[in-house]
Amino acid sequence: MFDIFLDDAAALVVVLPLLISAIIAFMPSKIWPWIISLVTLVLHLVLSLHLLKEISISGLIIYEFGNWEPPWGISFKIDGVNIGLQLLFSIFVLISTFYSRKIFLSEIDSRDSGKAYSLWLLAIGSLNGIILTNDIFNLFVFLEISALASISLIALGAGQNRKALLAAFNYLIIGAIGATFYVIGVGFAYAMTGTLNMNDLVIQLAQYSDGQLAIFAGMSFMLIGLMVKAAIFPVHIWLPPAYSYAPSAVSTLLAALATKTILYFFVRLLYEVFIIYPSYLSLFLDFVLYPLSLLAIFIGTLIAIYQDDIKKLLAFSSIAQIGYITLAFSLKDHSGITSGFIHIFNHALIKGGLFMAVGYFAILYKDRVTLSSLRGFGYKYPITSFALLICGLSLIGLPLTNGFISKLYLFQALYTNQMYFSIALVAVSSALAVAYFWKIVEQMWFYEIKFKSEKEDAYIYLPIWIITVSIIFFGIYSSPIIEFSNLSADYLISGYQN
Amino acid sequence: MSNSFLIILGIITPLFAALFSYICRYNNNLRDSFGIIGGLVTFLISLKIFHGIQNNEIFQITFFTLFDGVDFTFKVSALGSIFSLVASSLWILASIYTIGYMRGAGEKNQTRFVIFYSIAIHAALAIAWSGNLLVLFIFYEILTFSTFPLVGHKQNAESQSAGRLYLSILVGTSLIFFLPAIFWIWLETGTLDFQDGGILINQFPAEYLSLLIAMLVFGIGKAAIMPIHRWLPAAMVAPTPVSALLHAVAVVKAGVFSFLVVIVYIVGPEFLLQTKSSDWLVWLACFTIMASSIIAITKDDLKARLAYSTISQLSYIILGAALASSLALKGASFHIITHALGKITLFFCAGAIYVTAHIKKVSELKGMGFKLPLIFFAYTLGALSIIGVPPFIGSWSKFYLIMGSIEREFIIVAIILGISSLLNIYYLLQPVVIGFTQISRREVKLTKAPLTVWPPVITGLSCLIFFFYANYFLNNVSGVIVS
Repeated sequence: MFDIFLDDAAALVVVLPLLISAIIAFMPSKIWPWIISLVTLVLHLVLSLHLLKEISISGLIIYEFGNWEPPWGISFKIDGVNIGLQLLFSIFVLISTFYSRKIFLSEIDSRDSGKAYSLWLLAIGSLNGIILTNDIFNLFVFLEISALASISLIALGAGQNRKALLAAFNYLIIGAIGATFYVIGVGFAYAMTGTLNMNDLVIQLAQYSDGQLAIFAGMSFMLIGLMVKAAIFPVHIWLPPAYSYAPSAVSTLLAALATKTILYFFVRLLYEVFIIYPSYLSLFLDFVLYPLSLLAIFIGTLIAIYQDDIKKLLAFSSIAQIGYITLAFSLKDHSGITSGFIHIFNHALIKGGLFMAVGYFAILYKDRVTLSSLRGFGYKYPITSFALLICGLSLIGLPLTNGFISKLYLFQALYTNQMYFSIALVAVSSALAVAYFWKIVEQMWFYEIKFKSEKEDAYIYLPIWIITVSIIFFGIYSSPIIEFSNLSADYLISGYQN
Repeated sequence: MSNSFLIILGIITPLFAALFSYICRYNNNLRDSFGIIGGLVTFLISLKIFHGIQNNEIFQITFFTLFDGVDFTFKVSALGSIFSLVASSLWILASIYTIGYMRGAGEKNQTRFVIFYSIAIHAALAIAWSGNLLVLFIFYEILTFSTFPLVGHKQNAESQSAGRLYLSILVGTSLIFFLPAIFWIWLETGTLDFQDGGILINQFPAEYLSLLIAMLVFGIGKAAIMPIHRWLPAAMVAPTPVSALLHAVAVVKAGVFSFLVVIVYIVGPEFLLQTKSSDWLVWLACFTIMASSIIAITKDDLKARLAYSTISQLSYIILGAALASSLALKGASFHIITHALGKITLFFCAGAIYVTAHIKKVSELKGMGFKLPLIFFAYTLGALSIIGVPPFIGSWSKFYLIMGSIEREFIIVAIILGISSLLNIYYLLQPVVIGFTQISRREVKLTKAPLTVWPPVITGLSCLIFFFYANYFLNNVSGVIVS
């Protein structure tokens, strides 16, 4: 009986959360929406593992919706590029959903639980769609669903701080501009080629091998739209307020996965489709993405140093970290793409862990977490604080953590491309990361302040520690992440060469 | 006991000492005794390893692979066996001293103090026995982070800002220069293992070697070469046991040890002598020696003066490594032992004076020589050893360094070493002279703290005794250094 489901696993990982989301939307109960979501995501993980098994046998799955063949119907594509990301996504959403219950309970009105989890699953389903879709217009649909779901989730933070509404509105407007850019680009592409399927698009675009202004315009619109959505500097301004005013569980989900999935699609578009115009691609990578990445790394880190609000600090650090990823992707070779994917995986874990820990502190402190509000937390809440310390050391990139592996491969990629200036800049900004992270540690352990503390909640610190242990595990035994990233790069580069 | 088990036991013992100190935190005597026990155990292990190395035994253990060509591995080198012997033997005395000092000075948070103290020793031992550059780097960082709570121990504004400076300089330089240098070596050679004669020769572009050396010497901030020396005087806000064991022995010696190891086992002295890539460093080290000696003269605070003296003495070791001739390297390695013995004596004395008479400044020492004869006796022994007067152990290393500089035909360097010795005499013996010659009318209330008095006497006397047994160490030193 399960075989029927497993045959459609590729569609179900997206459809299942979306369906369940509709079912639990008006459930009045406090706990059932959470339990149902958790069960859904366990199934989601099973389906993802099944996909992994299939991929390891066949190497490629094209799922045609309604059996309409690709150039006409919508299709999902699963191959070596996205299977690793799919797995990470599946595991992380399960952990963060487990974590989210107590956080939601204390941050939003408990009657809204059903709505919150409905939006939560909606965001998860649509973000998963971004990973799997093979259709540029279908991507736009998922982008919009995920944006609307995330915006509503961010707005739920208004119960804590009214500024959440402003942050959500900002995201709405800027996100809509980004989406509009993207869809205009899609329009150009469709007008020229008459197709929306990515594989077919490559074939159709080949007839304009000398290039057409309309196509270049379309490509540029699409890329700019995606850059806004992926929060690449300098169109990142929606991200810091959105992450910092959202309810803590929501910022965990968004920080770990939302920009990562879009970055993944961004690089897929670059190296699978736009690659047929090598001169345009290298123009974009060398003169747009590369300098912007360096600026993101440097300026993001500098701004983070001067933040007092911890969630904002982490958000600006995310801007810098996204810069590391795009820097790696701008290198145009196997080592660069590999290191970009490695950092997508590792940074998702690190930032997820950090936001989880800080989110818990926000609940314990019952207000926004600023530097001075963390005083004495190291002694009062040692379990969570220690996890935060390890995640932070990984963010800096010290050996034995997965952040070190990211840095190692990024250095290697830059070195093989002889980009010595970038190496120096990356080295300096990773040292500056010590500055902003250590301010937190110092407040936590080097001021003792007497206050009434509660016992730490195992439901919350357990998921935090699962992430923390995985950070150390992948720092010591890094080959799973490296192999998935190698696989992704292999698939993308093989398109590059053909 | 198998050799690999010895390594694990030696590295883990300080961690157990920390753990037991925490468990017994409500019983002060029991808590503090674990430092002494741990010191004894690690000392015996270090001694056994030291003898094993002399008999050409191999001490190696590999845990897992970190990435291509780099394992998490410990392998004791001859240099490492010396460093671990120094750190562990002095830990015993420092633990005894710590009890006397911390209680005498009435410091708070003593449990936290002993715990991080033990963790720092653990890191220092792991640095000594590390099998490749990345393992060394990992424990180098652990050493920085574990000593940070000790520097900021008093938790007032001064120690906060000192701690911040300490951390930002040490971690900052290691991340900006040291780690990229390690990456660079790995990318060029595909390995980071320590090998006799180095791994860079014929693998690394000779024209960039000077740059690599610069990245290493500035990246290893613990070696405190100018202009990366500011953290060391700042760290003196810590309680004196920290200054004594960590900022005269474990931490700073870990820094120069790391640099020495890089020169001997990674770059290779031969490669360095061929390319002369480190000759510029000879002059920078000379500058540091002279400049910090002159600054030391101007300092009235005894601990600050000793700190600048340490900076100057550390540059002797860097100088020896930069000269890279066999005699100079011998002198540099031996200087790790001699300076450790001498400087810990001086710091012990400075702390003892503070605990018993509450005096921190040199100018206030008038007449104290007669009141604290044992402390001043020990201080004089230590000072004479650092100055390099025979028959004190310090004269050996200075002798080899001067011979080494003549061997490389750097006559000016030999002269600078001589001048520096004269400056040493002035700023190190001035407290003794003030203590015995000038009379103070001020009444000083003395508190008794015998546990702070005997450790410096022991280390001071050993400066004298080991002069006659220098060959015991020198055999090990010269065995490894390729001539």
